[in-house]
Amino acid sequence: MLEQLDLTMVNWARAQFALTAMYHWLFVPLTLGLSFLLAFFETLYVRTGNEEWRRITKFWMGLFGINFAIGVATGIILEFEFGTNWSNYSWMVGDIFGAPLAIEGIFAFFLEATFFAVMFFGWDRVSKRFHLLSTWLVAIGSNLSALWILVANGWMQFPVGMRFNPDSARFEMQDIASVIFSPVAISKFTHATTSSFLLASLFVIGVSSWFLLKGRHLEMAKRSILVAAVFGLVSSAFVGFTGDEAAYTNARTQPMKLAAFEGLYKGTDSAGLVAMGVMNHDKVPGDDKDPFLFEVKVPGLLSLLANREPGSFVPGVDDLLYGNPAHHIVGINEKMVRGKVALAALASYKTAKQDGNAPAAAAALAAFAPQQDYLGFGYLKSPEEAVPPVPLVFYSFHIMVVLGTMLPLICLLFLFFTYKDTIAEQRWLLGLGVISVFLAHVASQTGWIVAEVGRQPWAIQNLLPVTVARSNLTTGAVQTTFFMFLILFTTLLIAEVRIMVKQINKGPEGN
Amino acid sequence: MVRRIYDFYLEGFRSMTTGRTLWKIVIIKLIIMFGVLKIFFFPDYLHTNFTSDRQRADHVLDSITRPYTPPPAAER
Repeated sequence: MLEQLDLTMVNWARAQFALTAMYHWLFVPLTLGLSFLLAFFETLYVRTGNEEWRRITKFWMGLFGINFAIGVATGIILEFEFGTNWSNYSWMVGDIFGAPLAIEGIFAFFLEATFFAVMFFGWDRVSKRFHLLSTWLVAIGSNLSALWILVANGWMQFPVGMRFNPDSARFEMQDIASVIFSPVAISKFTHATTSSFLLASLFVIGVSSWFLLKGRHLEMAKRSILVAAVFGLVSSAFVGFTGDEAAYTNARTQPMKLAAFEGLYKGTDSAGLVAMGVMNHDKVPGDDKDPFLFEVKVPGLLSLLANREPGSFVPGVDDLLYGNPAHHIVGINEKMVRGKVALAALASYKTAKQDGNAPAAAAALAAFAPQQDYLGFGYLKSPEEAVPPVPLVFYSFHIMVVLGTMLPLICLLFLFFTYKDTIAEQRWLLGLGVISVFLAHVASQTGWIVAEVGRQPWAIQNLLPVTVARSNLTTGAVQTTFFMFLILFTTLLIAEVRIMVKQINKGPEGN
Repeated sequence: MVRRIYDFYLEGFRSMTTGRTLWKIVIIKLIIMFGVLKIFFFPDYLHTNFTSDRQRADHVLDSITRPYTPPPAAER
């Protein structure tokens, strides 16, 4: 029985997926952002004919290659995990994910694989302009590859453009345009890519700062910082804009996630945005305890960000769980009732089909159709199961926002002192530049924690909880592979850092 | 044309320095992933346990509706 399934297996499978995805995401943002920086450096070389820009391009291209080689195929493990640990989910979404992932494969193969070779092997062997075109196509191709996987992820957060087929037990694509252009997919793609551009800019600034601190390759470091700081600043403006768009979209599609971002339990008009705070870990939904031991709020700002309307109502966890008739919010209890009707109708349909009872099957389908949007709620045993781990989401969100505010300022300072031509003398800033590489990765990873932990308990929002998405495996099997991955990933990470540091130490002459 | 492309890649690979180490890592990684992990630790659950899409669909439908399935007609 479903109730008797071992939840520990689900948690190990989730931990394994999180470990794999977070490891994969160490490499991806650097690939996405650095590819465009290479294109900028090389464009400057082709336009000016200055050999220093060519040296700079080749140096960063070397680091790009190392990052790409170590990171390549780490995402494939996620697909292994889908088939083994999450077989119900894989089966149910196969029709939706097939198209975007196939398109990703084609883009990755033709754009990246073909022009990647020209980019690395083609110096002096193809024309300058064709080489530059290849570098741009690698950048565009890499980022378009990311589009398709983020479209798939966006669909899980906001399932649109499909219908559930009760015969095949699959969600079937009805309208690919609404899947690709769903507001969540667009928001995910734009926020993930622009934040990756910022991360890559800080990587270039960080490595260049290290050169300046060591008094090596000064000209290359200053020029690299100039381009990266401009790119980082422009990107961070888009990060802010797309982040705001993501919050606005969340308020409409995943209001529980938004409430968890802010640790908001009781909804209110003119809701304030928590600038900083310490959560009360004894707080549970529905009680009267203060969710915060300490907090600093900006009055009214959350209402403005969530609804773009000052003074508007923002629902909290309790409103979403138990309902708020004054604001026309249906509680989870009521959704659970509808979900159980949908599940019972689906079960009756299956039995009627097996018995060859066509009228009963038709009646079951008629009962299923109006309640199918609540399918996932039928699996919940209590409304409180619909609440994600609020403290983890809250702290991750605020770490991301604080770093996301601080990192553009670092870019601005670098740009200012580079313009003044005193950057090499600002040792405190150069030290901060080196540290910012790590901080950018922290911001990037916490962003994914917010996105993925914030949507728990759902594998597919409102339709399929993670407890039902899983395969029927033993905990021990998943534990074994979890630790194998931990060892494999740690080894690869050590290899990358060592090769990267060795290459940086060689400097541009190492290419 | 094919010869030129072949030479392009061949000379490119020959002139690699750090790239050789990276290729070794990529190849070892792919062998571990596809030759060990995929075969021994990550079989596709539905493809391993069922032979047709009909069986897979029935299994998933059964799995997601089990708590709500009424007893078989004979037991009713």
